[in-house]
Amino acid sequence: MDAFITLILEFAIPTLIVSAIFVAILFYVLPREVRTIFKRELKSYFTSPIAYVLFVVFLGISGTLSFFFTGVLEGGEADLFLPYFQYLPWYLVLIAPAVGMRLWSEEQRLGTLELMLTMPLAPWHAILGKFLAAGVVLFAMLVLSFPIVWTMNFLGDPDNGVIMAGFVATFFVALCFLAVTSVISAITRSQLVALLVSVALCLMLWLGGLPHLSELIMNLKGGWLVFWPILKLVNGLGVMPHFTELAKGVLGLRDIVFFLSFITFCLFATSVAIRLKRA
Amino acid sequence: MIEVENLHKHFGSKVAVDGVSFTVKKGEVLGFLGPNGAGKSTTMRMVTGFLPPTQGRVTIGGADIEANEIEAKSKIGYLPEAAPLYSDMTVEGFLRFAAEMRRVPANEITAAVNKAIETTFLEPVRHQSVDTLSKGYRHRTCFAQSIIHDPEVLILDEPTDGLDPNQKQEIRQLIRRMGETKAIIFSTHILEEVEASCTRAIIIDRGRVIADGTPAELMAKASNAGIVTLRARGLAGSGIKAELEKLDVVASVETIASDENGITARITPAKGRADKLSTAVFGVCKDKNLSVEELRVEEGRLDLLFREITKTDADK
Ligand SMILES: Nc1ncnc2c1ncn2[C@@H]1O[C@H](COP(=O)(O)OP(=O)(O)OP(=O)(O)O)[C@@H](O)[C@H]1O
Ligand SMILES: [Mg+2]
Repeated sequence: MDAFITLILEFAIPTLIVSAIFVAILFYVLPREVRTIFKRELKSYFTSPIAYVLFVVFLGISGTLSFFFTGVLEGGEADLFLPYFQYLPWYLVLIAPAVGMRLWSEEQRLGTLELMLTMPLAPWHAILGKFLAAGVVLFAMLVLSFPIVWTMNFLGDPDNGVIMAGFVATFFVALCFLAVTSVISAITRSQLVALLVSVALCLMLWLGGLPHLSELIMNLKGGWLVFWPILKLVNGLGVMPHFTELAKGVLGLRDIVFFLSFITFCLFATSVAIRLKRA
Repeated sequence: MIEVENLHKHFGSKVAVDGVSFTVKKGEVLGFLGPNGAGKSTTMRMVTGFLPPTQGRVTIGGADIEANEIEAKSKIGYLPEAAPLYSDMTVEGFLRFAAEMRRVPANEITAAVNKAIETTFLEPVRHQSVDTLSKGYRHRTCFAQSIIHDPEVLILDEPTDGLDPNQKQEIRQLIRRMGETKAIIFSTHILEEVEASCTRAIIIDRGRVIADGTPAELMAKASNAGIVTLRARGLAGSGIKAELEKLDVVASVETIASDENGITARITPAKGRADKLSTAVFGVCKDKNLSVEELRVEEGRLDLLFREITKTDADK
């Protein structure tokens, strides 16, 4: 029973508060156009099977994953729940592009882009509306993985603050991957191409932050130095260090700013891609 | 309402639209004619703000489509050539979405949707998924979307494409009726529609406007316009022919049938004198005391004009 109350207090309530803030922003801050597009997009996720398929896949993966780490928990070392989150982004590299691949490529394939762009709305309305809808799908996925947390709390006595931080960090990473996918889907009318390219880029984005890469860059010699700028850039954009910081429960302003500016940049790049596509 | 100035569009090295200018006022229906690939759709895409022009300017009700994008777009209703729809929505759901996006006030959406459904005869498929609609119904759904906010300007790219004959007729009448209070541009390959719905038409070929005028003016430009067919008796056929050929409004006389007592002939007017021809011919008959059994002036045929002025393209 105790565990139950803890769960409500430490997970359900924060989740509800975040959702309420989001809904309030959607209805009272953002323009009607964003809301309309958001609603249409969200609805279409749930009228097609893709949202459900992805839910099942994601929950399957995260469930299996957690199974491996509960063993660690039983040993009493609750902090080691962290590895669970260290693996989650690897799956998001696949899941986030799968959620986002249709955002703009579908619009181009159906030709509805021509309708959308001749309606009286600023491009950012559509870009943001779509991004938010896909973001909500990812959010719902993370929320639906609560049975794992539940199990943790019944089996042991983990530090729920750290788990929550892990979810927050994971969600930010997911949004970054989604933003990358948004750009790519604006470039191609094929969902498959959008998926493959986005997965590759997200993987780079994730691996770019590997500590080994930083070492590698420091040790570049001779002819390899020509790769220095590229490697440095990939390394600088790598989300892993920011993720790790956040997941540790250190709500660093630097990391949050990094995630938000990365997302903003990608959404802006999406608008540029759409504009170039038309010219 | 619609002002288009010297519009150009280049796709790489390909010139799709090459200096098109026109204006459409409220109460006018402008028909766009032209062979495939002439640049009709590309022009419409620039007018609606979907494609940025390479050069030139479009203003809608005084608002520049590029500089004042949102204001200009809010005045337009647009039916794209492919009649695109979101395949995961129902007809009604799609129209509601369109109404919201087109800034119909929330409490008027239901009424607007019902009206559009009624106008375009979509009642039978109202709750059907867009995915399963037949081509004609898809087209009508997209058409309904373009008029849902009762726009001042309507741009319709082949609005009757894929419709059955009854529906074609209905849509033509609808366009004509709406044209009284709106500025409308529509493109078509069906030349009768020009007469049925347009107050003015332009013919575009290889990105340029090659004819511009009211349907009557355009028809008058066709080579058969003003040809007079005469059947008269009372004199030998060759004699009548000779008399007719003396007239300066006559370019040539083609005998269809001729005997000692009369003639049937097609008389082609001299350039620019078509309007004087029938009077002159009638005068000859009166002078010579002929009995006129038939005197008929041909109306110009748009299809002939179309073929004549766009022919060079096919020849190449
Ligand atoms: N996105 C594009 N990229 C390259 N060329 C294009 C593009 N869109 C149109 N064109 C070319 O521009 C020309 C004009 O095309 P447009 O669609 O405007 O013709 P149209 O007059 O509407 O013809 P139709 O009667 O077949 O509808 C064509 O030669 C076409 O191939
Ligand atoms: Mg066309």
